[in-house]
Amino acid sequence: MTAALAIIFGTIALSAFVGVYAGRRMTMNLENWTVGGRRFGIVLIWLLMAGEVYTTFTFLGASGWAYGKGAPTYYILIYGTLAYTLSYFILPKLWRLGKRHGLHTQPDFFVKTYGSRALGVVVAVIGILSILPYLQLQLTGLGMIVEIGSEGAIPSKAAIVLAFILTCAFVYTSGIRGSAWVSVIKDVMMIAAVAIVGFGVPRIHFGGIGRMFKALIAEKPGHLVFPGAAPSMDVLWVMSTVLLTGMGFYMWPHIFGSAFSAKSERIIRRNAIIMPLYQLPILLVLMVGFTALLVLPGLKNPDTSFLSLVEKTYPPWFLGFVGAAGAVTAMVPASILLLFASTLLAKNVYQAVFDPGAGEAKVMRLSRAMVIAIGAAALVLSLYFPNALVNLLLIGYDGVSQFFPGVVLGLFWKRTSRTGVFAGLIVGIAVASILVFGKHDPFLGLNAGFVALALNAVVAVGISLWLARGRPAKESSHVG
Amino acid sequence: MRKWLARALGAVPFLMLVFALPFVNRVEPIILGLPFVLFWIAAWVALTPLALFLADRVGRKNRPPDGPEDP
Repeated sequence: MTAALAIIFGTIALSAFVGVYAGRRMTMNLENWTVGGRRFGIVLIWLLMAGEVYTTFTFLGASGWAYGKGAPTYYILIYGTLAYTLSYFILPKLWRLGKRHGLHTQPDFFVKTYGSRALGVVVAVIGILSILPYLQLQLTGLGMIVEIGSEGAIPSKAAIVLAFILTCAFVYTSGIRGSAWVSVIKDVMMIAAVAIVGFGVPRIHFGGIGRMFKALIAEKPGHLVFPGAAPSMDVLWVMSTVLLTGMGFYMWPHIFGSAFSAKSERIIRRNAIIMPLYQLPILLVLMVGFTALLVLPGLKNPDTSFLSLVEKTYPPWFLGFVGAAGAVTAMVPASILLLFASTLLAKNVYQAVFDPGAGEAKVMRLSRAMVIAIGAAALVLSLYFPNALVNLLLIGYDGVSQFFPGVVLGLFWKRTSRTGVFAGLIVGIAVASILVFGKHDPFLGLNAGFVALALNAVVAVGISLWLARGRPAKESSHVG
Repeated sequence: MRKWLARALGAVPFLMLVFALPFVNRVEPIILGLPFVLFWIAAWVALTPLALFLADRVGRKNRPPDGPEDP
């Protein structure tokens, strides 16, 4: 076995071990499994959030966009920063509500706030449909990373099957705590890989970052300002996209749910303050994509630019290290996505629709069964229906972002009406689907999901105002 | 009052990283080796924790330091 293979297999095995070990001696009820008993301090919350935010997209998509599209890739640096800023103001209130009412998931929030089981089911279904492609994206990315990282010795499909079955195992045993602990391995390896390669390749090939940019400006003058090499992604597109994805970020069911794991509001606020700094390593990932464009022009798939450049620049064992880091970078988000998809399906769809009398122990057993069912479905999808990386993510974002008005209005505006939020959500999803699948994205230069979100908000606020006309503002009608 | 000051600080990243973009979409001047627009974005990403830290300091004055917040 070569050093590269040993590093890849060793990392995957160690991650699975740590993940399973993290849940030892814990009584696994739904509270411990999905929200870690609401006992996470700043370190675990940070690991969890960093764990789900830094996905294979960080490795492959961001550098791929830098390579293929140029400046529009900057949006990735921006939207996370906006999301953390919003989270500072929104999450503490959400956490408090979750603590008071024992909420586990995003649909739980909608049911509690708006008193509508139907709304909860709709939110759960949209959430699951958005999570599945995102989960599949992690697996497709994992396969690609390990295949290139092992120089073809481990075929993509074998890597996906091995790593994902182990991921399902630690989700099954340890729940959210497993994901947070595996994040330790993931973050150390990924930051090391990104720092070494991000500083390394511009220096090795050009003698420094500044010189690399000078060469790129000379060769492709428009690549580094909007719209770069993607004419449909001009400034207006970037602005609407970062607003959409910044607002949509915490609307992902798994990221939303993670907020409930914190021990206190203080932890959530502190985490929101420091998280933007964790965006800066993405800058280094972009350097790799830009350098690759100069050193390896004409790659068939831009998403391979990071790994191809590492392959050209470094010895095979280091390529193996990057492959291993990439694999665990896919495993952690995949585990959290799987956990929340399973809980949503068991608790917010099955229990809510078919078996309202089911006790928590039964929901817990069912959630675990769903880990296996959804895991198998995701495996089939990624083995037989793989797709391009970033587009999937953007479609998913259009969907989950439509929860934003319901969440923010529900938390901060007492007159918000259930009917308004429900109607806004339906309008938002409909408009996003029509525009995206009708190939009208971008629409008038704007991100189609943003157009949908704006209409959604107008409908939600409009109907709420209409229904509340003539009535004085009530004291805390929903949240309480 | 303090609440609104905190929210105004929270608006700074949105002003700089969204609404300022049309005005900074340039390669020149190159700063620290980065094209200007990329430098601008990276700088404001790095400054956002400072804005949030200040918002936290301002907003925290009406909360006990370690107790439950915004009761």
